[in-house]
Order: sequence, then C-alpha cells, then structure tokens
Amino acid sequence: MPEQHDLTRILDDVVRYRKRTRELRELVLANVVMIGEIPSPTFGEAGRMDFLRNRFTESGLESISIDEAGNCTAVLPGSKGERNILVAAHADTVYDATVDHTLYVSEDRISGAGVADNSLGLAVMASLPIVLEKLKIKLNSNLVLVGSTRSLGRGDLAGLRFFLDNSKLPINSAICLEGVHIGRLSYSCLGMLRAEITCTVSPDRQGDGESFGAIAAMNRIVGKMLAIRIPQHPRTSIIMGSLNAGKGYKAPPPSAVLRFEVRSEQLGMVGEILNEIELILAEMNSDPGINATIQILARRRPGGIPFKHPLVQCARSIMDKLDIHPLVAPSVGELSALIARGIPGVTLGITQAGDDDDSASSVMVKPIMTGIAQVIGMLQAIDGGLCDG
Amino acid sequence: MDSINKWLSENTFHHGQFWDILKLVEIKRQKGLKISLCIPTLNEEKTIGKEIVVFKSELMDRYPLIDEFAVIDSGSTDRTMEVSRSYGADTYFSGDILPEHGFKRGKGENLWKAIHQLKGDIIVYVDADIKNIHPRFVTGLVGPLLWKDSIQYVKAFYDRPLAFSQGIRPSGGGRVTEILVRPLFSLFFPELTALIQPLSGEYAVRREVLEAMPFPIGYGVETSHILDVYHKWGLGAFGQTDLDQRVHRNQSTLSLGKMSFGILQSFLRRIESFGMVDKLPEMSNIFRQFQAHESRYEQVTQEIIEEERPPMSSIPQYRALRGLPPL
Repeated sequence: MPEQHDLTRILDDVVRYRKRTRELRELVLANVVMIGEIPSPTFGEAGRMDFLRNRFTESGLESISIDEAGNCTAVLPGSKGERNILVAAHADTVYDATVDHTLYVSEDRISGAGVADNSLGLAVMASLPIVLEKLKIKLNSNLVLVGSTRSLGRGDLAGLRFFLDNSKLPINSAICLEGVHIGRLSYSCLGMLRAEITCTVSPDRQGDGESFGAIAAMNRIVGKMLAIRIPQHPRTSIIMGSLNAGKGYKAPPPSAVLRFEVRSEQLGMVGEILNEIELILAEMNSDPGINATIQILARRRPGGIPFKHPLVQCARSIMDKLDIHPLVAPSVGELSALIARGIPGVTLGITQAGDDDDSASSVMVKPIMTGIAQVIGMLQAIDGGLCDG
Repeated sequence: MDSINKWLSENTFHHGQFWDILKLVEIKRQKGLKISLCIPTLNEEKTIGKEIVVFKSELMDRYPLIDEFAVIDSGSTDRTMEVSRSYGADTYFSGDILPEHGFKRGKGENLWKAIHQLKGDIIVYVDADIKNIHPRFVTGLVGPLLWKDSIQYVKAFYDRPLAFSQGIRPSGGGRVTEILVRPLFSLFFPELTALIQPLSGEYAVRREVLEAMPFPIGYGVETSHILDVYHKWGLGAFGQTDLDQRVHRNQSTLSLGKMSFGILQSFLRRIESFGMVDKLPEMSNIFRQFQAHESRYEQVTQEIIEEERPPMSSIPQYRALRGLPPL
C-alpha cells in the first residue's frame, strides 16, 4: 500500500508547498548566486563540487563524497530506506572559466553566464535538503543527490554514467533538474549522434582560383548534409552547432571544424544518416588536396518510458495542479544515461527563461518556487509508490 | 616600529579564520551581543539584490549571526529601494531618520543615521557596489570583535600584498590610499600606516565607539574615523581582516580627485582639533609600506629625503657665467 500519500493529498500539498517555499526563496537564490559565480566549464567543475560538498555537510547528509569522475554525491537517508530516489543536476556549463561569471539579482530575474543551464538546476538540488527540512517532509526512501560532471559537449554525460555504473545504491527512480523551462517534461530520449568534422585543404589547393580553402570545402560538405532527406515523422533533425575556421580576411584557411548533432526519435535513423554523411566525406576525399574526417563524440540510443507510465502521469497531474503547462520534449541529456540503464526517470525544468537575447543568461525569479513545489510533489509521489510502473 | 609589528601579528586576520559561522553565533550568544548590518546606498539597483539575498540567506536564515539588516538610502533615483524591499530588507530613506536634524546627501550621513536607527551592539557597514559578494564580507569583520574584546573597530582589506622579485607590490590600498593617505599617515601618524586599506568601505564597529564620534558626511568619513579612534583608543583598538578579492566598479580619476579633496579636508580638520597645527611632530622621512609572507605581515620602510637646491641665481659661478653682479 502506497502509505498515506495518495495523489489527491499530494496535489493539495503542492499548492501549500508553493506558498511555504516563498519563505525559503532567499536560501535558494543565494545558492544560485554562490554556485553560479563559480566557473564550471566541462572538465573544470571542481570548484562547484567543493561548494556542493560543503552545502551537503551543512545539511547533515550522509555518504558525502566526490568520486573519481568528480561528481559530488550525498544521501539523505529515508525513514525506511527501502528504495533510492536519485535527483541529479549537471554542474558544468558551456562557459569558459575566463568569462565573467558575475550574477545580477533584480526584482524579477537573475542574470549571468550559465544561470539557466544549469546553475539554477544545481542550486535547487543543493537546496532540497533544507527545503524538505523546513517543510517538515521526511521521505521513506533514501534521497540520493548527485551534482554530475562532464555532461555537456565532449563530456558526453561521463559524470553521471560513472556514478550509475559504479554506485552501490540501486536507483529505483530518478529526477533530473534543468534550470529552464518550467513545464519541461522529458521522459524519453532521442537517438543522438554528436560529432565533429575536420576538413583540411592542402596548400596546393588553397591557391586554386585564389579563394579555395577549408571554408569553401566545408561549405560543400554542409550543403550536402543539409540535402540529406530526413523524415518529419518520427522527428529527425541535423543541427549545425558551430563552424570554426580562419583567422582574418585575406588568407583562405587550411582547416575548418564543424560541430553538429543528429537527433531522431526513430531507432536506427541516426545510424542511417551517419552512413550518408560518411559517403559525403568519402566523395569529398576523392577530390585531390581535400581531407575530411569525422570524430564521433557522443551517441545515444532512443528510448524511455511510455507516456502512460505512472511517473509521467503523476508529473502531469502535479503540473496541472500548479497551473504549469507541460512541455513534452525528448531529452539528450542526463535522462538518456538513466534510460540506457533501464531506470525510470523524468527531466523537469524549474523556471522560465528571461526574455534576454541569450536565454541561457537569465531566469525569472517568481516561478522558481512553483518549480520547486513541483519537484517536492514528484519526490513524494515516487516515495509513496505512486509512480511505480 | 615594534608597535606596528606587534599589532600586525596580533590584530591582522584572514577571513578564513572565521569560517565556522556557528562558532561565531555561539560567541555572540554567550556575550549577549546583537549585530546589525547596514548597507548605505545611492543608485545601486544592479548589485543590491544579490547582497541582500546572500546576507539574508547565509547570515540570518541559515545562521543567525545578523540580528538586523537595513538598507539606508540617500535618495536613489533607480530601483534600489524596490529591489531591496522585494528581497525582504528593511529599507529607510536617510532623510526620514532623525528628520529634525535635516537631511544631507552623502554616505557618511547614512552611516551616522544607522547608529540611531539600528539596535545592534555591533554595526557592520558594507558598501552596496560589491560584485563578488560573499558572507565573508561580514563574518571576517565581525569575527575579530567577537574574539577579542579589546578590538573596537575592524577594517577590511583586499588583495593581500605580495612580495615580488623586484621589490614589493603596492599594498593594494587603492590609488587614493597609496598616493594621498599612506604618505600623510607616514608623515604624521606612522602607526596608522599599518592599516593596509584605511579607506575600505567595509568595517564593523562597536556601538560605544560609533556613538562617540563625529561623522563627516562625504568622502572623509573613513579617514576621520581612523584618526578619531586612534586619538582616543590607540592602535590596539583596530583590527583588520583580509577578505581576499573585492570586485567593484572603478571610479574615474575626476571622482578620485573629489574624494582626495574631501579626505584632505577631514585630515586637516583633525590636525586642527587634535591641537597639532602649531605642534606638528617632526616630519618623518620614513615611508612605510607592507608585504606579506604567507599569513604574516611586515612593514617595509624606505627613507625618502626630499633635499633641495637653492635658486641657480644664488650660485656665484652661475652669476659669473651670466655676467651678473656678485651678491
């Protein structure tokens, strides 16, 4: 029997939590500020992990450690401890340590490098023990908190994957936290390929027509990749992320690097598109003086739990009660590491992005407490056995 | 000077010595003290929200070190007050405190009125323009007052001076300190050169000291405080704490000129009120700077003698060369 936590009671409680958590707003925002001002590029998350470890120690958590992958983990023991609920948030950002990480707090928003992705998500995770304590919520299950490293780009979720592969605690369910957008509900992950194409052009060819260089060669590759026929359903896309080449105006560059992702809901589709890209590169390489190679940085298989899974349905009910409009979107983040290991989980967003030009640099303050109430409700639903598939 | 070295070793701290906030809270409770935090403001909407959030969360909600927390404003025309109120700070327009004494626009006015408005036995003043705000800006200043009853006034300093291979780096006191205040102190109050950043805007002071001092309204408030505390209680009443880095907006040279003028006025007024105008001490030729070895600080002295030559027209050889009559 799922204890006394039936869904109706939880739905009533979450509204109360939203009101109560407003009193805890400064505690959460201070964590956002103090975490967000510690630079944390992928592979350089140690500063944030030290802060997290101190926070976990202050909260009296158990088994606090920084593991070999640099993850900071801790356990808030449950009263029964029969199951383990994981809450994970990635600690790395796309911003280099040399970028100004000053955060600014105005009446309605917090702005600064990486606040949305994912200083806020990490700060909310760090705040959960004190929020639960202030709300006088004692879970039956152990709450396993993980600030994960090496998530983005070349990190390829290495931190969370290390934790899941080596943790002695069997994880029953999981929630991944992202700063934005509130209403985000990811319960499946896309098939994904993240890769770099490096194209070099020999000095002989660079003089060809006085303008041919790696940019022109890469432009041909990009054109051919965009001409690949991809299906609308199941959803599939090729995302050109960045193109780096050259240093000035006059000289054609000898090399160019294209970073891109292929995403698809359909099993096998990413592999088919990869085959086509490799054919494009083979064709380019038949041209004398051009050398194009691909380096695969990350791959994900599509998968997840079904829409009708109780975990998803509980999340939708809680969002509905809090007037949060669900935005169902598959993930290529932490959730895919869970799905790959058969762990049911969802990714939830905490607040709205600000309306600045760069949505990663500003988040709205007011919805944060609603986002946290939603997380607390989900923890109680999982803890009460309401989300078991 | 032995007194300087003794004071440096006993009364200079690093904020890391006060990392255990729970312990500070316990000492505060044992001594029956109340601590108030005052942030004087004028158009600080960009940075005030973060200061309030961090101090309120870490030093009131999480650890009850601060009993009271107020923003005292000189009449901001931006949203400083609205932002402050939105995060739960008590906010006051300086003109509304002691209105019968009028309103003067200036930081010193806000600091002075805070003594009347706030209840704490210790008042901590922290400027509102700090970009890298952190609880250490309060714990590092309060800590020495809780630890040592003999200390009355604790100043912050930043960017610890480091020995370089080619001499020493300027002690990080800021341009006005290094160009104006340190030379003045070296000449007239050599012991006070031990204060590495006498003009820093962050300090914690016991009420009985604050209520006994006059307050310049403008730029001279820090300088006059130091001179008054020194005159009445001596060097031993001071403490100073290294708070590591402080990131803030830079002031223009024009602003620094105005600041220097205000400081000079306060300095000369103190020389007058201390009865020193016609009894100036023998001018010292020793210029004092400081350097650090690990956590130990020591003074570095240089003898600077400004010798003078007479007018060339008084030199016989010159007069002969130029066909001038002998004197």
